[in-house]
Formats: sequence, structure tokens, C-alpha cells
Amino acid sequence: MRKDVADGVRDILPAMIAGAPIALLYGALAVGKGMTPVETSLSSLLIFAGGAQFAALELWRSPPPVLALAFSTLLINARHILMGASLKPKLGQFSPLQRMFGVFFMADENWAMSERRAAARALTPVYYLAMGVVFWANWGLWTTLGAIGGAFLGDPRRIGADFAFTALFVGLVAGFWKGRSTAVTVAASAIASAAAYRAFGPPWHVAAGALCGVGAASLYAMRGKG
Amino acid sequence: MTGAFTVEPSTLIAIVAMALTTYATRVAGLFVHWRHAPGPAARAALDAIPPAVLIAVVAPMMLATGWPETIATALTALAATRLSLVATVAFGAACVVALRLALGG
Repeated sequence: MRKDVADGVRDILPAMIAGAPIALLYGALAVGKGMTPVETSLSSLLIFAGGAQFAALELWRSPPPVLALAFSTLLINARHILMGASLKPKLGQFSPLQRMFGVFFMADENWAMSERRAAARALTPVYYLAMGVVFWANWGLWTTLGAIGGAFLGDPRRIGADFAFTALFVGLVAGFWKGRSTAVTVAASAIASAAAYRAFGPPWHVAAGALCGVGAASLYAMRGKG
Repeated sequence: MTGAFTVEPSTLIAIVAMALTTYATRVAGLFVHWRHAPGPAARAALDAIPPAVLIAVVAPMMLATGWPETIATALTALAATRLSLVATVAFGAACVVALRLALGG
């Protein structure tokens, strides 16, 4: 059992190190958008989904547009449904409660590590939960530090921090890159989103870009067969 | 100045809405039963969701803000093919500061 805890922490350590500066950035930008440090920490601890959290900051204003934020969160996190479905057959050792509780901690990185572990041996609740909880605590901790530090940062535009989301998302998309199909997706999404933004304003650009990007990708896959 | 420990009710509602939505996506997979695996078009659509959404969120900054932002996006995309995520963000921010100074923005 102690071995499973140690294995879990060891396997997720690289992702924790990579995630720390991202969480710092999130915390700093969130207070720049007007959230208090406690609100910022709560958002990381309760939501625990970086991509959706950054997207939410980009859409953030006062008072927050709850429906637009939930919709954007749903779109970005829809991939979790597939991840959970893929993990489900590997949770044989989990009680129903451990499953329902455990999926709260399922993020891209620890999901990938759990899948890898399950390919080699049985996935134990101890391994999975130890990994998930430390990864979650790490995200919350660095967010909080970023929020406290960010309160002293001043005008975000001066250091280009208002552009940080765009740069971050471009970097994240590079990580999802799967060749020409992704290029088609990105082009369709960018053009549709910018056009909808000009025509109707926020938050319609998110839905317009997302739908056109996904539609273009499936059209491309159907035509590209053969 | 509002204190660090202040929690606005409207902000809390937004955070809880996002948290519940996210948990729903995480738990939903446990209840999925697929008769057969998704076909190529459905698979491609699912794979496309993260990049399509991420780009849709930032496209106004990329294409509808000004030349410094558009050029900085192109440079950042090039950098993203060789740099780590954090280095890409730092590079992008530096580009936009320099381009705004150079082009006025």
C-alpha cells in the first residue's frame, strides 16, 4: 500500500513540476481579472481543469456570465467523458464510492498515467487516489501563490500578460496537433470565431468557432477517407 | 480595496457552475456504454473539440484586435513547435510588448 502511494507520487511528479508555473500564471491572471485570492484558490480546488479555467478568465467580467462560462467549460471538458469511459473497465478494485469520488481528480496527466499503469498491472484505488490528490493539491497550492504574488503585479498589459492566454492556448493546441486535420480545425475555428466576435460580440464567438472547427474536422475526416 | 478573503456571491455561483459542469463530464464516462466504437468522422470530431474550443476563445485577440497581436500570434505558433509551454507563453508576451512599442498598439 505504501509502495502504491510512492509509485503514484513518483509517476505524477514531472507533471506537477510542469504544472506549477502554469498554475502560478493562472493565479496571477485571475487576480488581474478582478478575482480575490480566495476566489482564485477556490476556482482551482473546485474546478481543477486548467484549460477551462483559463478560458473562463478570458470570458470573465463583472458580474460573471454564468451560462457562457458553464457552456465553455462543458465544451472544453467534454473530452473527460471519453477519458472516463476508457478508464472505467480498469476500476475493478474500486468501490462505487471510490469511483464517484475518484473521477473528481481525473485530469489529462494523471488519467494518462493511470492508463499506463493499468496496461501493466491492476490499478489500485491507493495508487490512483494518491496520484490524483497530490496533483490536485499541487494545482491549488501554486494557484494560491500566483494569486498572492499577482496582486502585486500591477497592469497586466504592461508585461504582455493580457496576451498570455493567447500564447498559452497556441502552445496547448501545438500539443494536440495531429497534422492537417488540426490545421483545418484551427483555421475554421479562428475565422468563424473572429467573424462572430465582430458581428455579435462575446460570448457567441466561442460557440461559433467551436462548432465550425469541429464541423470542419469531421467533414475533412469523411472526405479524407481513402 | 476588497480583502483577499472576500468571496462575491456572483463569483461563487460562476465557480460552482463551472465545477459542477466539470464534475459532470468526469463522472459521465462511468455511465457510458458503447455498442460500438465511434466511427472515423465522430472520432475526428471528438479529437477536434479541444483545439477548436481553445482557438475559438482567443481568436478575437489573434485576428480582431490589431497587427501587433496578430503578428505575435504567428510568431508564438512558430515558437510553440520548439519551446516548452511556459517558454512559449513568455516568448509570446515578450513579442506582443515589443510589437506594440514598434507599431503602436
